[in-house]
Amino acid sequence: MAETMQFDLVSPERRLMQEEVVSVQIPGADGDMTAMPNHAPLITTLRPGVLVVETQKGTQEFVVTGGFAELGEGLSVLAERALPKADVDQETYETLVEEAEAEYRKAKEVFVNEPGPVDDAAKLLADMVAVGTHIGLSTRQPNL
Amino acid sequence: MANLKDLKNRISSVKSTRKITKAMQMVAAAKLRRAQDAAESARPYAERFNAVMGSLAASVGDSDSAPRLLRGTGSDQKQLLVVMTAERGLCGGFNTNIVKLARTHAKKLKAEGKDVKVLTVGRKGRDQLKRDMGDALIGHVDLSEVKRLSYPDAQNIAKDLLARFDAEEFDVATIFYSKFQNVVSQVPTAQQVIPADYDTEGGDEQGSGPLYDYEPSEEEILADLLPRGVATQIFAALLENAASEQGARMSAMDNATRNAGEMIDDLTIEYNRTRQAVITNELIEIISGAEAL
Repeated sequence: MAETMQFDLVSPERRLMQEEVVSVQIPGADGDMTAMPNHAPLITTLRPGVLVVETQKGTQEFVVTGGFAELGEGLSVLAERALPKADVDQETYETLVEEAEAEYRKAKEVFVNEPGPVDDAAKLLADMVAVGTHIGLSTRQPNL
Repeated sequence: MANLKDLKNRISSVKSTRKITKAMQMVAAAKLRRAQDAAESARPYAERFNAVMGSLAASVGDSDSAPRLLRGTGSDQKQLLVVMTAERGLCGGFNTNIVKLARTHAKKLKAEGKDVKVLTVGRKGRDQLKRDMGDALIGHVDLSEVKRLSYPDAQNIAKDLLARFDAEEFDVATIFYSKFQNVVSQVPTAQQVIPADYDTEGGDEQGSGPLYDYEPSEEEILADLLPRGVATQIFAALLENAASEQGARMSAMDNATRNAGEMIDDLTIEYNRTRQAVITNELIEIISGAEAL
């Protein structure tokens, strides 16, 4: 029997999951990582992506839009917005992409000649678009 | 002596008022349960968040490299008061209490020679503050269209605040809201959100706790999380406020219903007395008329 660890997934509005899990795949800002029991303590920010939670009973997937994860004794993921993958349909996904697109446009207007925030917004948008391929929806390419 | 017909009208009008307040009380009770649930389910996030921020803030400390949101601008000359109230009235002293606290705070700051600006959330607060602090009002957030508070609402307020902070419109921001204790007591509270005021003591105590690796760097994470912290605090305050509002309305309407009941009793007694007096009078007239024959 595989070792397990305590896992919490909370969004500002509610707690989505609290369970003993075997491993969790996290879309970290600097790259994906898989958290397993006895991982070194770590704090990382999230990029938009899919969180794959493996419990002994099976696998659950969530779409997260950002936030951060804290790996200590157990793992807590504090997502800005998190939805079970099954709940994300084409329409929800497109709204999310549109929001990211709007952010990007705004960043481009506000921060002229300041590449930093614009790049960040562009990355956010690209990540958001990529989520579509991960969950098997037809991707929506932003028209910029 | 009031005449019978007037009394009857008054009784029936108080009765219908009682019906309305009773209904409002029941609606508030139902809404209160939902608001309480919402506040309850937001708590785990806020708790974890504050714990992480506490340890992060403790490790970055007061160094010059700390982001301005944590360290402050180095001055506290320009003060922003964010006054959160309800969109509706008829909830007892709820709105007035928050506004009163904000007003005392503003007076104190003004006496110290600080510039005070006010941002209101919720119509009632704006209406009350417009009278004596109209020139200090710099903005208003309208939540009257919002049926159910969600995190993006808080995010929008936070974004507005952060934009103003970046434009150096203020140095210190304090939010005013009502903390929900129970149905009968809501405590108006002032809480500083910018610069962030995290409990770094807790981090020190857990000195033996895990030493975290940070990915990306500590500073970057902090820079990413601080704006979120503002939104989280505002969201928590909005939820507490919503629960408090319903609690206050419920007890106010309960009182109103009871008062209406008492009034009806009093009026009914007066009505019966008057009716008796009228009957007695008529009898006397009849008897004296018969005797005179």
